[in-house]
Amino acid sequence: MLIPADERELAEAVSGAARPLAVRGGGTRPVGHPVDGDDLTVAGLSGITLYEPGALTLIARAGTPLVEIQAALAAEGQMLAFEPMDHRTLLGTSGEPTIGGTVAANASGPRRVRAGACRDFLLGVRFVDGRGKIIKNGGRVMKNVTGYDLVRLMAGSRGTLGILSEVCLKVLPRPESTAVLLLAGLAVDVAVRAMSAALNSPYEVSGAAHVPVGLDGDPVTMIRLEGFEASIAYRAERLTDHLAEFGPVEIERRTEGPESATAGWAWIRDVEAHGGTGEDVWRFSIPPREAPALVESLGDARVVLDWGGGLVWAAVEPGCDARRSISSGHATIIRAEDETRNRLGVFQPEPEPLATFAEGLRRKFDPEGILNPGLMG
Amino acid sequence: MDMPAPSHDVLNRKSRIVDRLKNALSVEHVKSDPVETRAYECDALAAYACQPLCVVLPGSTGEVADVLRICSEERVPVVPRGSGTSLAGGAMPTSDCVVLGVSRMTRVLEVDYECRCIRVEAGRTNLSVTGAVEEDGFFYAPDPSSQLACTIAGNVAMNAGGAHCLKYGVTTNNLLGLTMVTMDGSVVEIGGAHMDASGYDWLGLVCGSEGQLGVVTEATLRILPRPEGAMPMLIGFASPEVAGACVSDIIRAGVLPVAIEYMDRKVIEVVESFSQAGYPDCEALLIVEVEGSPAEIDDQLGIIGDIARRHDPIELREARDADDAARIWLGRKSAFGAMGQLNDYMCLDGTIPVSELPRVLKRIGALSRQYGLDIGNVFHAGDGNMHPLILFNANSPGELETCEVLGAEILKLCVEAGGCLTGEHGVGIEKRDLMHVQFDPADLEAQMNVKDVLDPAWLLNPAKVFPLGATATRRAAA
Ligand SMILES: Cc1cc2nc3c(=O)[nH]c(=O)nc-3n(C[C@H](O)[C@H](O)[C@H](O)COP(=O)(O)OP(=O)(O)OC[C@H]3O[C@@H](n4cnc5c(N)ncnc54)[C@H](O)[C@@H]3O)c2cc1C
Repeated sequence: MLIPADERELAEAVSGAARPLAVRGGGTRPVGHPVDGDDLTVAGLSGITLYEPGALTLIARAGTPLVEIQAALAAEGQMLAFEPMDHRTLLGTSGEPTIGGTVAANASGPRRVRAGACRDFLLGVRFVDGRGKIIKNGGRVMKNVTGYDLVRLMAGSRGTLGILSEVCLKVLPRPESTAVLLLAGLAVDVAVRAMSAALNSPYEVSGAAHVPVGLDGDPVTMIRLEGFEASIAYRAERLTDHLAEFGPVEIERRTEGPESATAGWAWIRDVEAHGGTGEDVWRFSIPPREAPALVESLGDARVVLDWGGGLVWAAVEPGCDARRSISSGHATIIRAEDETRNRLGVFQPEPEPLATFAEGLRRKFDPEGILNPGLMG
Repeated sequence: MDMPAPSHDVLNRKSRIVDRLKNALSVEHVKSDPVETRAYECDALAAYACQPLCVVLPGSTGEVADVLRICSEERVPVVPRGSGTSLAGGAMPTSDCVVLGVSRMTRVLEVDYECRCIRVEAGRTNLSVTGAVEEDGFFYAPDPSSQLACTIAGNVAMNAGGAHCLKYGVTTNNLLGLTMVTMDGSVVEIGGAHMDASGYDWLGLVCGSEGQLGVVTEATLRILPRPEGAMPMLIGFASPEVAGACVSDIIRAGVLPVAIEYMDRKVIEVVESFSQAGYPDCEALLIVEVEGSPAEIDDQLGIIGDIARRHDPIELREARDADDAARIWLGRKSAFGAMGQLNDYMCLDGTIPVSELPRVLKRIGALSRQYGLDIGNVFHAGDGNMHPLILFNANSPGELETCEVLGAEILKLCVEAGGCLTGEHGVGIEKRDLMHVQFDPADLEAQMNVKDVLDPAWLLNPAKVFPLGATATRRAAA
């Protein structure tokens, strides 16, 4: 196992590599095609290098544990607004998720629907390409259009174009107060309409999820509001009226503790419903209006809907091809046997000419094919 | 401003190229008479102008593909164009290029409230996107000051921002899908009404690529429900340092205003005499706007007022109604026009970390004195995106050159302070030769590698963004 201690050692490890490298941060998100290569962990590049709460910016080395970052932010009443999920329950992995792995997977949780994805909060990156060259892009400022945006290209590229050594993120104030509106017993199509009504209201809904089989066995729809205490009280009341046609609303309030703990948002975020079961897990990003049709076409699959229906997590019978159930958007295999992953492809096949461009980028950034080869195709 | 020498081979084939384009489009949409192409010789960086070989105005994605295929075969450079409001020379032609304008492609293709998005042809203006959904209580968030004129195509190409991006983000944060045509005429579909990519983030890569990777013909944009209301507060301070500290404290307090705008004494004075907005006599002025219900607005302005009072403001004015609000915004909105009345000006666009505001403003003042040109500062303080306006007289020999040298010094200062050369206007030709200040050769090489993949012949807007020296071999190979 290669464990470089700083960016220079990382660059040397890459330029000196005789065989492909399997890149990992904490190794908690092994999504993608299995990589045959020498293990290289970025965990040795660790530590927050700059944190300016008054400028809402934080810079950290890529191997910094997410918990360390979250603790530093919490101490200043701030947070990573994209609410990255923790894959450990779902995938049965152990270890410490890192900020580099989070960015490389563009991992975003329920708040994505309002605040944006991980890629939207990424201001700058430093990375080592496949030839061992150190490259930077973006920076530490909120607005930056200087040159091409490789920052977003690196987000979600899962270590196939470069190994991140440092990332700069925009952070946000943590809300003072949270309210969750709970609607019981809605069918999926009605729930999607209810979530849409909530998201289309002016009350800045920061989470909209639906589970056909909740913890007590019945369907539950969850709508989250976050902000200042008085504002949330007002918005919860207005939104309750706004959603009257969907039945009685129960309101849960919380003013302290981790924001995602309120009324099961961590449970939604981490897809705990599908943890520790034998099924395959698929993740669908689709136009919200198509969620009811997708759920119907998946038949008996257990599903969790987030992002107002735009994100569907399905636990399906092992080995089956759930990708056939969507007509637009994309389907990713998050958990399955290697055989299934290789047969069906983990990621949505890209239409031409994007597939050719993707291959072209890999050849430019990693001419020898040593960075997580095959992981993304 | 250096531009590559035109290809004589292309110039010699002008009539053949024009004929082929006329065969592909209807004749009136191919303009090659200098009288007609005159309107396309520059963008809003009007100090630099050049007549193109010809101008084509295709009406559909298919026609754009036809044009690009022909230009590819003829090895003619293509400069995509929206409304030509670029302040960086991004849409400036070369004499051997075809200008491809998308201004005829303005239709709304689909409005989908359930998915909160709208699909439009890329030549539609920014403001008319909101116009298509506002009756139903929605809006498109990125709001460049040029929004009446500029197109979504230009916004995507420049990753345009606006006054309200502190809360809502810039173009890239509000873009869900694109139809784009690459130089070889291939039509590329990216994203759609769903969120985030499965593979690489092509949307993110194309957004801000300044028309160098493909010609954008359609876009799916995120639309948002209108807030219940919005209200600004005006705060005057005795020094830029204090104003800067106040901005930082507001941000830390957990209030997220939609906008925090800054004006310095120079701009305040000019604006006052131009629009009589009733601004206080002070060194630095902030306009802070918040959104919500009337009670929520009161609460937030209350918090902001408390913070501001701790910094001894010279004046603190809370808008009570729409009239007050309009008066507070009046001066800010007329700032560029007012400065233009006074003199020619060059508008810079560097971004710096918010914490560096006071120091950088002080240095800009010193540079202004050193070069003998007045500078007004008006900018988006919440995100550190500065717009120093250097005043000069274009008719006075040498002043444009002095102004450019001073501009470059200020942009270098932004980079040195931890910021960047451009926050929203783009590199174009204007900042092309400063790219090495912010980037090492390897950083630039990585970016140029992307163009190699999508436009291997380097025919799309080739003389922009990168220093000419760095791209010479690539362009020559074309
Ligand atoms: C008074 C004034 C105020 C401004 N305020 C702001 C502001 O607040 N925020 C801000 O961000 N900008 C601002 N700008 C700059 C400018 O308006 C933006 O850059 C805008 O996005 C340009 O749009 P356009 O349609 O005019 O594009 P153009 O100027 O025609 O082109 C801009 C760039 O986009 C490329 N391009 C055009 N069409 C296409 C296409 N179809 N496909 C691919 N590439 C294409 C061009 O090649 C060029 O590189 C301002 C400009 C002015 C004059």
